[in-house]
Amino acid sequence: MSEFILETNGLTKEFKGFVAVSNVDLKVQRGHIHALIGPNGAGKTTVFNLLTKFLPPTSGSILFEGQDITREAPVVTARRGMVRSFQISATFPNLTVLENVRIGLQRTLGTEFHFWRSKKSLDVLNGRAMELLESVDLAGFADTVTVEMPYGRKRALEIATTLALDPKMMLLDEPTQGMGSEDIARVVELIRKVSANRTILMVEHNLSVVANLCDRITVLTRGSILAEGPYAEVSKNPKVLEAYVGSDDINDAHH
Amino acid sequence: MNNTNSMFARAMPLLLGALFVIGLVAPFAVYPTFLMKILCFGLFACAFNLLLGFVGLLSFGHAAFLGTAGYICGMLVRDAGVTPEVGIVGGTLAAGALGWVFGVLAIRRTGIYFAMITLALSQMVYFIVLQWKATGGEDGLQGVPRGHLFGVIDLSNNLAMYYLVFAVFCIGFAIIYRTIHSPFGQILKAIRENEPRAISLGYDVAKFKLLAFVLSASLAGLAGATKTLVFQLASLTDVHWHMSGEVVLMTLLGGLGTILGPLVGAATIVSLQSELADTVGSWVTVIMGVIFVICVLLFRRGIVGELQALIQRAGIR
Repeated sequence: MSEFILETNGLTKEFKGFVAVSNVDLKVQRGHIHALIGPNGAGKTTVFNLLTKFLPPTSGSILFEGQDITREAPVVTARRGMVRSFQISATFPNLTVLENVRIGLQRTLGTEFHFWRSKKSLDVLNGRAMELLESVDLAGFADTVTVEMPYGRKRALEIATTLALDPKMMLLDEPTQGMGSEDIARVVELIRKVSANRTILMVEHNLSVVANLCDRITVLTRGSILAEGPYAEVSKNPKVLEAYVGSDDINDAHH
Repeated sequence: MNNTNSMFARAMPLLLGALFVIGLVAPFAVYPTFLMKILCFGLFACAFNLLLGFVGLLSFGHAAFLGTAGYICGMLVRDAGVTPEVGIVGGTLAAGALGWVFGVLAIRRTGIYFAMITLALSQMVYFIVLQWKATGGEDGLQGVPRGHLFGVIDLSNNLAMYYLVFAVFCIGFAIIYRTIHSPFGQILKAIRENEPRAISLGYDVAKFKLLAFVLSASLAGLAGATKTLVFQLASLTDVHWHMSGEVVLMTLLGGLGTILGPLVGAATIVSLQSELADTVGSWVTVIMGVIFVICVLLFRRGIVGELQALIQRAGIR
């Protein structure tokens, strides 16, 4: 097995006359928590959309576990075990919290097309669903309609739903965005916990989160990789500091 | 909200039971042909609602399924001489097959594009029915005998016909109800609420939409085939785009995405049409238009939706 679970070679995405992602060679090591950082508009979310096949690349290739997945349908990539979250909380708002997690588990039953079967046949999944909810501290919310939950809890639910698929690799798009410091601490702990036995690639703006969570960092500016390495190294890189001039994010992270 | 939801869930079997009993005794109080018309259009609207209300796909070509099944059933019974139940099953299967063709062509589009593709395809069906000799062109398919159900029960008796229609409606309604409350229905809800997320969880959404489309088309066909036997006639109005619009009106007026709304909407429209046709003539179309505008502007949840909201508000207080 290769040391890298995910590799891209010359990954490029052009929108009419505008290069959003340019010649990106990204290598994510198995078992790492890998962060993708960069100023707004650097192309981080586009990279995510390319990796999970929600956008077709203009050129370049993507290898997941050594297999070329460049032209695959998004649903096929998801079934390989690379599951993403979204920048805006990705829950099913009018389903209950338990039902949300069950959607993640339902494919294991193989009855997802059975329109003649009762919904009660899904109750066999409740035990596993409750375990997952407990692991993210949401067991008490099981019967709550998701739309009524606070934002931070929704992100936790999203992670529980993703975990239901037991993915080899999770892609988290700004998991702490818009959160207060208490929620951030909880989500960071959660990510650390679920990273056991799997690889995580995350887009993150909050550099203190990146500093104390991630094994390796890739800095993206204007669609290209500017620097890559462990946080201590990258944060001293003059080119990176220059890219972040005006925002004191890097310095803030040390406090 | 949670409490009132479970309150609805508990009240639902009671309500459905009461409606079932009313359906059983109704032909002794009301003219059976009128009731049969309501039940046929009610099933048609319920089938349409399965797609629009629970998947979020606006088909503007559902007349094609109602009409095709009606014509196929009529031709089978009148020209091939089969028994009525075979005609109904044949018409339903034909509508399902047509639904599959429509679905494969349209399902990857959404919104206005989806509506336009289904409209264009249904117009093609309209012209085929209009031009083809076997369907009787502008005259439609006339003089379809009701025949004997299973070769035994004489359906020319209006009461016997009514109970067949009522049974067909109940079967169709039960299929829709179960579909909504099935493992498949759960995934449909997930797709409607957050399609990209459903994809990222490994669900091939196009396949789910296609199955929902075929189910909806088949059930619309079931309504159309039964309707042909009731009126002993399949006519061009059943495949005309007016009919595709009318089912939208029925569903919205009754309450989009509610279990009983489409039936209530269909009953309202059918009653209005038969009441007004004698008194105001062709002004019916104008009055329907006004009702539609008022409904969309003021009662967006439809009759059943507004009632549910009222009960909910009362419950919170």
